[in-house]
Amino acid sequence: MTILRLQEFQVFALKPFNLEVNNEIVFLTGASGAGKSLLLRAIADLIMHNGEAYLDEKKCSDINPVQWRKWVGFLPAESAWWRDKVGDHFSAEDHPYLALLNLPADCLQWDVARCSTGEKQRLAIVRLLAQQPKVLLLDEPTASLDPVSVELVESLVIDYANKFNVPVIWVSHDASQIKRLSQREFKIKENEICEVMA
Amino acid sequence: MNVISLSPLDLSMAAILVLVLAFISLILKLDLASRIVIAAVRTVVQLVLIGLVLKALFAQVNLLYVAALSIFMLLVAGREVMARQQRRFGGLWGYGLGTLSMFISSFTLTIYALIVVVSTDPWYTPQYAIPLLGMMLGNTMTGVSLALDKLTTTAWQQRAVIEARLILGQDWRTAIGDITRDSVRIGMIPMINAMAAAGIVSLPGMMTGQILSGTEPLEAVKYQILIMFLITAGTGFSAIIATWIGARRLFDDRQRLRLERLS
Repeated sequence: MTILRLQEFQVFALKPFNLEVNNEIVFLTGASGAGKSLLLRAIADLIMHNGEAYLDEKKCSDINPVQWRKWVGFLPAESAWWRDKVGDHFSAEDHPYLALLNLPADCLQWDVARCSTGEKQRLAIVRLLAQQPKVLLLDEPTASLDPVSVELVESLVIDYANKFNVPVIWVSHDASQIKRLSQREFKIKENEICEVMA
Repeated sequence: MNVISLSPLDLSMAAILVLVLAFISLILKLDLASRIVIAAVRTVVQLVLIGLVLKALFAQVNLLYVAALSIFMLLVAGREVMARQQRRFGGLWGYGLGTLSMFISSFTLTIYALIVVVSTDPWYTPQYAIPLLGMMLGNTMTGVSLALDKLTTTAWQQRAVIEARLILGQDWRTAIGDITRDSVRIGMIPMINAMAAAGIVSLPGMMTGQILSGTEPLEAVKYQILIMFLITAGTGFSAIIATWIGARRLFDDRQRLRLERLS
C-alpha cells in the first residue's frame, strides 16, 4: 500500500495545497495552461517547487532524485525516444504488458521513426510500467489513441494500480473517461486546486 | 641566413590587392566592401601593436610582464568563446566557463612544453612562451566554443528527450551522455583533421613562417610537430573540461534540467 502525500505543495502560479492519494485514481482537470502538467512535473521533481511530497512518509527532498523518479512514474503527454530501435529503450527482452496493449512481440525490433503516434504512446506506457513505479502520474495518456486502445490502456492502468496498490493521478479532458474511471476529481481553476464533489 | 626586410612600400603593394577585392565586392553588391576595409585596418593596427608589445617584452625578460600579457590574451579568448555561443550560460558562467577551461588546459600545457619539452631558460622566456600560448589559445578557443555551442543548443532542442531519460530513472550524466559525447567530439575533430592533413593539404602557418625567416626546414618541421601535438591535446582537454562543467551546470542538485540557466 503506497500513499502519495503533498504538503503545502506549490508550483508555478498555483496556490499551495495539500493532497493525499491512496490506492485510487484521482483525476485532475482544468483548462489548457492551468498548470496540470507543471504540477505532475513538480511531483516527479523535474522542476522547482515549494512544499514537500511524501511517498509512504519518505520525503522527496531526502530521497536521491534518481530513486524518486523511478518510484514516481510520470508519463508526459508526448513520449520521447533517443535511440533508433524501440527495443533499445527497454531493459528487458520480454514485456508482458506489450500484449495487453495489442503490441506484437516483435515491436521491440521496430524503428522508432516508423511508429505512429498511437504506437509510440502505448510503447511509452509499457516502458513506464516496466520500471515498476509505486505511483502513476499520467498526463493525457489516451489523448492520441483509438477507442480500442483507450479501453486497453484504461484496464491496464486499473489492473496495475490494483495489483500493486498504486496511487494514480490522471490528467484528462475526456468527460466520459472521467465519469468512467474517476474515484475523485480535482479541478484547477483560477490557480486553485479544488476537489469536485460528485 | 638573413630575412629580407619588408618595407612599408612592399606592404602597400599587398594592400592594393585587398582594395581591389573590396572594390570588386562593391560592384558585385556583396555588401562586404566596408567590412573588408575595416578588417584589413584592424589587422594592421592590432598586429603593429602586438609587434610593439612583443618587442618591448623581449627586451626585458620579466615574468610579471609575460604573465600580464598571457592573462590579457586569455581574457580576450574567453570573450571570443562567449561571443560565438548562440545560447550561453547566464551571468558569470557565460564568460567564466570557456575562460576557465581554456586557462586550465592552455596554461598547463604551455608551461609543460616550456619546461619539459623546449627547456628554455628561464622557462618564461617570452620569445617562446607568448607565441606558444597564443597558438594554444587560438586553437582551444575554437574547440571550446564549438563544443559548448553544440552542448547548449542540443540540450535546448532535446529537452523532451533529456527529461524523458530522467523520468525513467537515469542520472543526469547518462541522460545527457549522448549530447556531451557529441559535443566533445565536435570540439576535437578540427584538430584531428588538421593533424591528418598537415603538410599534404596545407603547409601549417607557423612552419611556413619559420621557413620564410630562414629556419632550416627540418628544424621548422620539428617545431610544427610539437605545436600540433600541444594544440591537439590542449583543444581536447579544454573541450572535455568545458563540456563536463557545462553539462553539470545544466542540472541542479536535484538533477533537474535547468535550461533557464541559458540565456
